Order: sequence, then C-alpha cells, then structure tokens
Amino acid sequence: MRTVMTGNYASAYGAKAARAEVIAAYPITPQTSIVEKLAEFVSSGELNAKFIPVESEHSAMAACISASVTGARTYTATSSHGLTLMHEVLMWASGARSPIVMTNVSRAMAPPWSVWADHMDSVAQRDTGWMQFFCESNQEVLDTVLMAYKVAESRDVMLPAMIIEDAFILSHTSEPVDVPEQSQVDTFLPRYDPEMRLEIGRPMGFGSLVKPDLYMEFRYKAMKAMESSRERILKVEEEFRKTFGRSYGGLLDEYRCEDAEVVVVVAGSAAGTAREAVDAMNERGVPVGLARLRTFRPFPEDELRNLAKKVRGIAVIDRSYTFGAAGAFYTELCGSLFPLRERPVVKNYIAGLGGRDITPKIIEKIIEDIIDVSERGEDVEPEWVEVKGLDRSWQ
Amino acid sequence: MIEVRFHGRGGQGVVVASEVLANAAFREGFEVAAFPYFGVERRGAPVTAYARFDRKPIRLRSSIYEPDYVVVLDSSLMRGIDLMGGLKKGGIVLINYPDGKALPRLASDFRYFTLDATSIAAEHRIGSKVSPIVNTAIMGGFARACEDISLESMLASIRDRAPTKKDANVAAAQVAYDRTREVFV
Repeated sequence: MRTVMTGNYASAYGAKAARAEVIAAYPITPQTSIVEKLAEFVSSGELNAKFIPVESEHSAMAACISASVTGARTYTATSSHGLTLMHEVLMWASGARSPIVMTNVSRAMAPPWSVWADHMDSVAQRDTGWMQFFCESNQEVLDTVLMAYKVAESRDVMLPAMIIEDAFILSHTSEPVDVPEQSQVDTFLPRYDPEMRLEIGRPMGFGSLVKPDLYMEFRYKAMKAMESSRERILKVEEEFRKTFGRSYGGLLDEYRCEDAEVVVVVAGSAAGTAREAVDAMNERGVPVGLARLRTFRPFPEDELRNLAKKVRGIAVIDRSYTFGAAGAFYTELCGSLFPLRERPVVKNYIAGLGGRDITPKIIEKIIEDIIDVSERGEDVEPEWVEVKGLDRSWQ
Repeated sequence: MIEVRFHGRGGQGVVVASEVLANAAFREGFEVAAFPYFGVERRGAPVTAYARFDRKPIRLRSSIYEPDYVVVLDSSLMRGIDLMGGLKKGGIVLINYPDGKALPRLASDFRYFTLDATSIAAEHRIGSKVSPIVNTAIMGGFARACEDISLESMLASIRDRAPTKKDANVAAAQVAYDRTREVFV
C-alpha cells in the first residue's frame, strides 16, 4: 500500500519486510528514527527480531557480525560519525563475508559541526569491502534494502551492503512510498540460509589468524565476490522488477543519454533535481543526459566506459572531497576511462557539501560549463561550486 | 506544482504541520513531499518547514524559494523575519493571529487569511496553556484558504498523524476552518 513516509521510515519498513532477525544499533545521536521505528516494530511484536541496543556504533557492528555468523539476517543503521567510528569493524564484516545490510544517513563530517547532507562519511568507507548503494528516493531506499539482502546473501557474493540516503533530503522528507505485500517479499527474499554458520555441535572457526601463505587467497576470493556482485545486482533487480514492477537502472542509471553530447554524473538525491535540469535543457534543444551512480562499490566501470564512448563531455558532481586529490567519484571515473583510446573531457564539480542546496539552476550552469569546456577540449581542474569569496556565480 | 513554506517556533509542531498537509494532499490524489529545514532543534527557536504537491511525481530535491503559500504559526515572527520573502505575487499568507488585535501594515501583493489558532488550541487543551500546540488548528485554516485541499482530507490526515488527543485535534481543526477569515488590505 502507498503511504506517505520519511526516508528513515522507508528504511525501517524495508528491514521489517525483509524480516531482519537481529538489529543491533546505537540508540543515541547521530542515530536516526530508523532504529526508533524498528524498536517500535519489535516491541509491538510486528517484527519478530532481537533488538540489541549497544553502547557505540563500533559495538553495533560487532554485534551484527556475530549475529550474522550464526546465520541470522542482520540489520543496523547509522550516520556520519557513527559510520566512521565503525570503520574498523566494517572491514571485519566484509572480511568475515557477513551479508549484513545497513542504512547510512549520509551527513557531513565535523568540524565544523554539521548535520546536513554530504557524502564524505560514505565515501570514506570506500575501501571497507562493502557494496554501496546511493538512493534517489524513499521508495528506492525501501526497495534497495530488499534487493541488497538478496544480493548480499547470494552464495557468489556473501558481502555486506550499505544503503545510503541523503540526510534530511531523503531521511526527513515525507513522500509516498509503496510498502510491498509481505507475501510477495517472502517469495522474493526467502529466509537466509548460509552454507556455513556458527552452531553448537558443528564446530567451525570464523575470523581466525591466517599466515602469509593464505591471506592473499582470502582477499582474492573477496575480490571475486565483489566482481560477481555486478551481475548479481542486475539479476536481482530484474527479478525485483518482475515481482514489484519497479527498477532503478542497475549500477549506472542512465537518463536521456541516448542522444546526449554531454552528461552529468551524480549520486544520491541530487539526481532527481538533475532530471529536472536535464529535461529543461533538452526542451531548449541542448542534448544532455544524466548518469546516476547507483553503486559506488562495485564501481560501474564498464557502464561508464560505454557511455564515455558516446559523449564529448562528462561533468562529475561530487558531494564530498578527498583532500590532496579531488572528488572521489571523479578520480574513480577518470581511472575507469583511462584504458579508452579516446576519452571525453571530464570535469569535477564539488557541490552541496554540508547540505548546501543543489538547485536545478546550479546543475544547468554546470551543464553549460561542461559544454563550453568540452568544446575547447581543455583539461581542467576540479571546480568548487557556489563558494563564498570566489568570483564565479552559479545561480 | 504548489509549494508551501511554514514558519513557526520549536514546540508548535511546524514539521508535523507540513507532514499533515502532505498527507492531506496525498489523500486528494496529489504526489507530495514535505521536509523540514532543521537547525538544531530547540523549543522556541524559529523553525521552517516546506511542502510540495503536484499531479506529477515530484523529482525536485532542492529547497523552496518562491512558494505559493506561506503559513505563519507564530505572529511574533512577523518582526525580524522576512516571512513573505519570495512568495509569488497573488500568493496566500495564512497567519495565526490574536482575535481583535489590529494587523500590522501588510504588502498588497498577496492575499491574507487569519485565525486565532493559539486560542483554539488552548480551548481544546492541545499542548499547555502557556504554549499550546497550534499546528492542527492552523491546518484546519489551511483547508479554508486552499481550494485544492478539502476539509475532509485535512481532518482525516490530522486523525492519522496526531500522536495523541486525536478527537481534540480534529475538533480544533474543524473550529479553525469555520473561524478562518480573509483579510483585505
């Protein structure tokens, strides 16, 4: 049934529909109403799960890993400093091949103190071995929780997955969300039944020490698993579409890219605003498309290469910045395109940090800029958009 | 697309008011989005929230700069904040304003509706005597000021969203609807 709910509730309803069996979470700031809602579901008996309130996000993830190893479907949620506190244990989760699903309400890192949308917290977890899904709408948040479990628990993947929803812009925005029928969800996502689990009577070692003669093999297998996730994400999404009638474009969600001469690349909620800008410009006869990074891990390399062959300019909008380099989406995209003999001009635009509004006008200006830059064919430095004290106006 | 901006103070239920409107518009068959602009929440501090509704799916994720409606939950904010900033010409302003007190000089570019939501909320014992929660009363007034939202949908939305005292909140909104008046300036 379609009802009006926040992105946070969409996450909670997703975890409930997935029948998460163990939810371990730190219940205080920067925690969100995701976990509050799940606690309500557990307390009322609507969700048959063990809810473990813990003393830190680090412990939350540790509890999730332990629960996951016993074969329980496991969920948690966090945000910003909570996520970065988990950093060590995130690596443990992927190394242990625990298919935990977690929502991160993506926010800026302090100082200066901020509670608003920004991708720095999520991007900083790039190398933890988690799949990362950036969402554009509350519906996509709920649906991706369900799809993420199915991908994560696949025998050829067995890796944890992070669902990323932009703070406030999704997390606290109320909009219509269809909560799918439980019976349909149960068919789509059967009970988690791992090949190996921690159980009495069947002793097994998890997370033991390995010597240099075996460590690389574990890493190699994790690499292969992440590579397998590419195909698995597409298959699961196709199955989801057949069951629920919705889909989101795989790893790279392309919009009006068929005849586009330039494209704008963006992740998260700003993609919705970018669609408005792209439509307005096409109406004025400007052939421009949008490519939304739906996954950052695995990175949609092949999809971006294929797209790059068709266009002469790519504007990459990053809602975070890697000091000493550039925006992470930009550097990764450049790396992906390097094997191409001929490459389009790629320029990085840093925008929307700490909740700074990304308006249709700003995106239109970025598109005008990439058209200009790609016509001149120059290599260009990353540009910070709408920063006080800089001469250039993007309004 | 219709865009609405809410101004009030922490504790008056500003964010819930925007959600009540979104839920009511959804009942009218609109696509909707309601979102707060949070500072760090404090009782009494100015709070802004927003709502959009449209017949098409809403993809826009940026803030609202040129609303069609402005809803003022606390008339003390009329000093110091440019409440009508960006409001479209001919746009509608709904103000919670004490009965019998003369309105300040208002710009003639807009239409104004007033109601004494504070008294109505207090009469219905919503919140405390000192700080009544005025959001449901003012949303009853909104149904009067806005042709797109019926009183029936608004009351159903309030019944759905009010965490406690559902009957009192619905009754307050009904009374507020009846007492809301257009003021000609």
